[in-house]
Amino acid sequence: MKKSASTFALLLMFISAIGQNAEMADQMRSSGKIYVVVGVIVLIFAVLFSYLLYMDFRLKKIEKEVDEK
Amino acid sequence: MKKVPLSFKIATIILVFYTLIAGLLIDVPALNILNETIRNLFYHVTSWFAMVFLFLASFVYSIKYLRTGSETDDLLARLFVQVGMVFGTAGMVTGMLWANYTWGAYWVPDPKLNGAVIAMLAYLAYMILRNSFQDSIQRGKVSAVYNIFAFVMMILFVFILPRMTDSLHPGNGGNPAFSGYDLDNTMRMVFYPATIGWIFLGLWITELRFRMETLKQIKK
Repeated sequence: MKKSASTFALLLMFISAIGQNAEMADQMRSSGKIYVVVGVIVLIFAVLFSYLLYMDFRLKKIEKEVDEK
Repeated sequence: MKKVPLSFKIATIILVFYTLIAGLLIDVPALNILNETIRNLFYHVTSWFAMVFLFLASFVYSIKYLRTGSETDDLLARLFVQVGMVFGTAGMVTGMLWANYTWGAYWVPDPKLNGAVIAMLAYLAYMILRNSFQDSIQRGKVSAVYNIFAFVMMILFVFILPRMTDSLHPGNGGNPAFSGYDLDNTMRMVFYPATIGWIFLGLWITELRFRMETLKQIKK
């Protein structure tokens, strides 16, 4: 019983070890090119969020104008 | 929901940027077939969660409308559905792209996928139903009742039925969700903030739409 349990545990470890061999983009990470991708995404979203904030403030201005009327 | 404070919006920006940066840079479990696409979890699943949250908000406002009869509650119920549909469409399109690389086709006849489509069609029908009334009180009442029904349908088709049969989609029918793969909990550190960030973004956009609609009514 104990033996079969340890065999099963070993088998599980073996299966999970196979899973670890999946190909990942390690090359891209070690060369640092991934930061270029992150940079591009951050820039695009910085512009999008600035625009969202700009719309927010424009709306606030219009709301003020309406309130004053 | 009358006005979302600025601090809430700054929190949204921080959470979304954290998701974008950490989502690409943290270590993720190396799994066959999925490979690096496992990172899609931070963007695809969060879009769906945002949609579910916005539909829940709409459901709450529909119940509130039936109790109070206030036009504002009806308006909010409609806007939450509209913004929720945007997030749902994003979840659908990104899911199709992901499916093509992991399951081999843009669409597979899977209970989770079909259920999601049925739920979205139910909400599309809500929008059409709204437009088919002339009288605003009649429109409000009938569509609020339908909206409550649509939310229950969504829960049934997206969360319950796919769990009762075999499904390719993680988290359904004996197929483990990401918690089954992620042994060291690193993905949770991005996934949970990402979910909150996406929901906050949905609330922010809904608030902008609400303020626009309010101005439009004043102009009349």
